[in-house]
Amino acid sequence: MSELKSQRGKTFTLLAFMVTFGSCGDVLLSQGMKQIGELRSWDPEAAVAFFARAFHSGTIWLAIALLVLFLVSSMLVLSWADFSYVSPASAIGYVLVALMGYFFLGEHVPTTRWIGVSLICVGVFVVGGTHPSTKQNP
Amino acid sequence: MTGRTALFISIVVVAGQLGDLSLSLAMKTVGEIKRFTPLNILRFLGRGLRVKWLWIGVGLMTVAFFSLLVLLSWANVSMVVPATAVSYAVGALGAQFLLGEQVNRERWIGVIIVCIGVALVCV
Repeated sequence: MSELKSQRGKTFTLLAFMVTFGSCGDVLLSQGMKQIGELRSWDPEAAVAFFARAFHSGTIWLAIALLVLFLVSSMLVLSWADFSYVSPASAIGYVLVALMGYFFLGEHVPTTRWIGVSLICVGVFVVGGTHPSTKQNP
Repeated sequence: MTGRTALFISIVVVAGQLGDLSLSLAMKTVGEIKRFTPLNILRFLGRGLRVKWLWIGVGLMTVAFFSLLVLLSWANVSMVVPATAVSYAVGALGAQFLLGEQVNRERWIGVIIVCIGVALVCV
């Protein structure tokens, strides 16, 4: 029982890191790409120029750094927890992204989207009630 | 949602989930990290870098990342990111059939509720 509590504790801690780094990284990436502008042509030269502009942006690099931290947190938690547990449990990040999109990027978030985000939270709560690792506790 | 947006969301989801499943397989191969000291974490990551599944996963995630970059240049993050949440169902299926995880009824119910939430988010 105490082992389960300890495993849940470290799983939730790393999930919190994943959600924070992932959500902040996604929002910064969006902000950075909006500054770069839309990719209008698919010829290789235009695509290279587009990505070159992207990699000259400090915002994009900050987003990449946060997404690397997200990846490291994922690697750590996946060393013991099921992917089918970690993946849906990390969906709680959508609440964070919707809030940041609304408050920081000034995007319009309609009511149905908020209801959807709330249902995602319920689903995450249900998944969070299962054991993080079925291999040890089938 | 335009056809171009739907296509890029599909690429982000499929490549991203196969990448995550490969990463999960790689980390299970390395084994559970017990102590979270900086040195231990670096050693753990170093062991991970020697597993081929990690590199396959990174390759697939790179495809998903660049597709997301292009997608976000015209679409709003509060639409794109929730839309890619369909990957939870794809990921759970992959975990069950490719990784052999025991996805019980409660976990599937949670995943389905997440998917309904996603459907509402994308309306």
